[in-house]
Amino acid sequence: MWLQTTWFVLYVVIMSGYVILDGFDLGVGMLSPFIAHNDHDRRILLNSIGPVWDGNEVWLVLGGGALFAAFPLVYASLFSGFYLAMMLVLLVLIMRTVAIEFRSKRPEAWWRSLWDWTFTLSSYGITILLGVALGNVIRGVSLDQHGNLNVSLLDLLNPYSIALGLVAVAMLCLHGAIFLTQKTEGELRNTIKVLIPKLLVAFFILMTALIAWTLLRDEQFTQNFKDRPWTAIFPILAFASIASAWLFVRRGAYLSAFLASATMIALLLGAIACGMYPVMLRSTTNSAYDLTVQNASAARETLTVMFVIALIGMPFVLLYTAGVYYFFRGKVELDDDSY
Amino acid sequence: MSVEVLHRIQFALTISFHFIFPPLSLGVGLILVIFGIKSVRTKDPKWRQLSMFWVKIYGLIFSMGIATGIVQEFEFGTNWSQYSRFVGNIFGSLLAAEGIFAFMLEGGFLGLMLFGGTRLGNRMWLFATTMVVVGATFSATWIVMANSWMQTPQGFEIKDVGQGPQAFMTSFHDVVFTPSFLPRVLHVIAACWMVGSSLVLSVGAFYLLKKRHVELAKTMIRVALPVFTVVALLQVAVFGANQATEVAKNQPAKLASMEGLYQSESCAPMYLLGWTNPDTETTSGIHIPCLLSFLTDKSFDATVTGLEATPRDEWPAVNLVFQVYHLMINLGMLFILIGLVACGFWIWKRKIWDQRWLLWILVSSVVLTEIATETGWWTAEFSRQPWIVWQVLKTTDAYSPNVSFSQVMFSIVMFVLLYITVFVVFIRLLDRHIKEGPPPPVDPDETSSLPDSFGEIFRRRSRVSSGGD
Ligand code: HDD
Ligand code: HEM
Ligand code: HEM
Repeated sequence: MWLQTTWFVLYVVIMSGYVILDGFDLGVGMLSPFIAHNDHDRRILLNSIGPVWDGNEVWLVLGGGALFAAFPLVYASLFSGFYLAMMLVLLVLIMRTVAIEFRSKRPEAWWRSLWDWTFTLSSYGITILLGVALGNVIRGVSLDQHGNLNVSLLDLLNPYSIALGLVAVAMLCLHGAIFLTQKTEGELRNTIKVLIPKLLVAFFILMTALIAWTLLRDEQFTQNFKDRPWTAIFPILAFASIASAWLFVRRGAYLSAFLASATMIALLLGAIACGMYPVMLRSTTNSAYDLTVQNASAARETLTVMFVIALIGMPFVLLYTAGVYYFFRGKVELDDDSY
Repeated sequence: MSVEVLHRIQFALTISFHFIFPPLSLGVGLILVIFGIKSVRTKDPKWRQLSMFWVKIYGLIFSMGIATGIVQEFEFGTNWSQYSRFVGNIFGSLLAAEGIFAFMLEGGFLGLMLFGGTRLGNRMWLFATTMVVVGATFSATWIVMANSWMQTPQGFEIKDVGQGPQAFMTSFHDVVFTPSFLPRVLHVIAACWMVGSSLVLSVGAFYLLKKRHVELAKTMIRVALPVFTVVALLQVAVFGANQATEVAKNQPAKLASMEGLYQSESCAPMYLLGWTNPDTETTSGIHIPCLLSFLTDKSFDATVTGLEATPRDEWPAVNLVFQVYHLMINLGMLFILIGLVACGFWIWKRKIWDQRWLLWILVSSVVLTEIATETGWWTAEFSRQPWIVWQVLKTTDAYSPNVSFSQVMFSIVMFVLLYITVFVVFIRLLDRHIKEGPPPPVDPDETSSLPDSFGEIFRRRSRVSSGGD
């Protein structure tokens, strides 16, 4: 039991790692047409994420592998049930990867703007699709007793889930903008600085509205917080983080603001996890078909082996992730190796 | 056509496309490590120059590998949900381990490697490159491990704990070290090295044909040709032979379909070229008598089990397996020939540089090695049918029942269009990069002023003081 819960927590940690890390580079992609005015600016933006975006995306791969290993039944039901949506996620992931790599290989203007737009649109695509998917996971899906479901694309696009997708866009744009203050200088940096407070306010309003909506429409979610009152610290601290991000931005302490926004992302995902636990995939047909942390997990042997693997592997991962970020700290300068 | 067949087509297309790139990454990676070592040892700026030329190609290949690899990871869930439920306890942990140990290593150091040219000295660049290559090799190892478990499953028991039958791990050690794992991983990594070194050969030979960058081109060939030839010899004589023996021992029914052997026979022949006729259940063609018996059991009159020992509804598409298998084998022989002839001209006549016909063969070698690696995998995968997990789970019971025909059709069309487009762009960029040729040599003084130890790297000040905050 504690092993299953540990894996649920680890899974949330990995996904938070993904959203925090890949989140800022998705944000850079989404913001780029609004803040970059010429090719030089665009290259600065691209190279601000250049050395790290691949490592960031690996967190998603890791999330997929961890879900498969620790909760195979959730992996199977979720991925096959959201078939077309998943295929679209793959489409945009591929487009984004090749756009980053292809863009600066040719000097022609049409070529560059083609891949710039691919990069931006696929960044929106990934953020919105994953946001919508999370929205549907929170709402619940039509699981049958064999754990199968099939939702059409149109069913996925319900108002609540779309709203979550939009909140995700605002959140990652904000996160990406704060990140960029570390990497840019001069005119470009001023544009971004002007944008940040606006994004912060927009995100704050959207997020508050979404939280209210979730609590009002979803009794089970609300009930879980009432039953486990201590879990309320997650949303409360999330609000505290966003407030401190605001204060840091006001004081021009952007690095601290970035850390605050990263913390906030983890806390929000943690809050969602608390609202769901122990259910991982809720069935709207019959709550007996719910996939939970207990009935959908792998057996104890597998979870133990995986736990050992994670204990060995994670310190290394954190070590070189930190090392690489430290090495590439500071402002972006273009040189022969740049994109 | 059934949905099952569509799922299989999609998986076959996407994995075969993905597998164009890993062998290139692994093999070119090895050559880059050699360049790096030379650079540290000799301080001759040409090695650095070559490294910086090839690392750009490496980045292009690698990003294609990443883009297509994620698809594979998702497809187990999207297209093979019944399979994922059945094997999740076993298979998932191998995939997750690959993520933690291999992809994280690759992803972490890739940036240092690709952007290291103007930031890292020779030693540190070599370190970053080695880490990426080690990561890629780990990744190949874990994934072949997972696939080997599907070929020769062990270390599990099947139980139904209320969610249908599932395989539960009884011994992690047995799951990891299945009998087919070691021979296969060696065979695959050797194949990858051949593909990578043949790309370097083919670019070098191309420059020689066009009389461009002649000195650098010769250096490329001097490094890549020995790697290619030695690995080609080992591949056929050691790793390939081991592989065949392993299959004969653990999956005799597969070996029978690879050689088109319907009846069990002593003194069984080995074919070089041939055709199997499923109607008459006969195989004809050019063969060496008794060699198969010798290869499987070190004795010319050993009995080799034929397909007759397997129920007919468990036979794979025999002729298909036969053909792809023999294509791999024959190409393997051809590589030895190419390697030895080229080395011969190099060592004894010292005239390899102006044998135009030989250079053209070297230019085409990368296509041939790619075909050999792909057909090798097809052999292993086609001959596993109709099982998805050998003699444990059938492919028919493994696909996602809740995904409709039109949905899979849609995704196949999407992948085909997407992959064709991306591949065309990839090839054109590669072509342009090769035609543009290596960058001018770097001034060694400049290189030696770059940080070249951990200490220097971490003492390095941010290049622009980050004023303001
Ligand atoms: C023998 C080697 C080999 C084989 C058989 C496969 N792969 Fe692969 N894969 C690699 C060798 C590799 C690599 C060398 O590590 C790659 C390819 C090129 C690259 O850039 O990394 C990679 C990339 C790659 C990535 C992207 C990792 C990242 O973001 O850095 C994923 C998710 C997968 N693969 C997953 C798979 C799955 C699920 C496979 C099986 C169905 C598979 N690969 C077969
Ligand atoms: C990289 C080289 C590989 C190639 C070229 C390859 C090729 C193929 C092909 C052609 C098929 C379709 C077979 C058929 O339906 O007749 C297939 C199926 C499959 N392969 Fe592979 N494969 C590779 C590696 C892997 C690996 C590493 C794994 C697992 C770790 C794997 C797992 C599967 C699964 C689950 C199926 C689908 C079920 C089936 O058709 O049996 N493959 N592969
Ligand atoms: C000529 C000697 C060779 C022999 C006897 C040989 C033997 C085999 C056999 C028996 C298999 C099937 C394994 C299975 O079903 O699990 C196989 C697979 C394979 N072969 Fe070869 N091979 C040879 C040469 C080559 C060459 C030259 C390459 C590539 C450059 C290559 C690449 C592969 C690959 C990638 C696989 C699939 C992975 C695997 O199952 O291990 N082989 N080989």
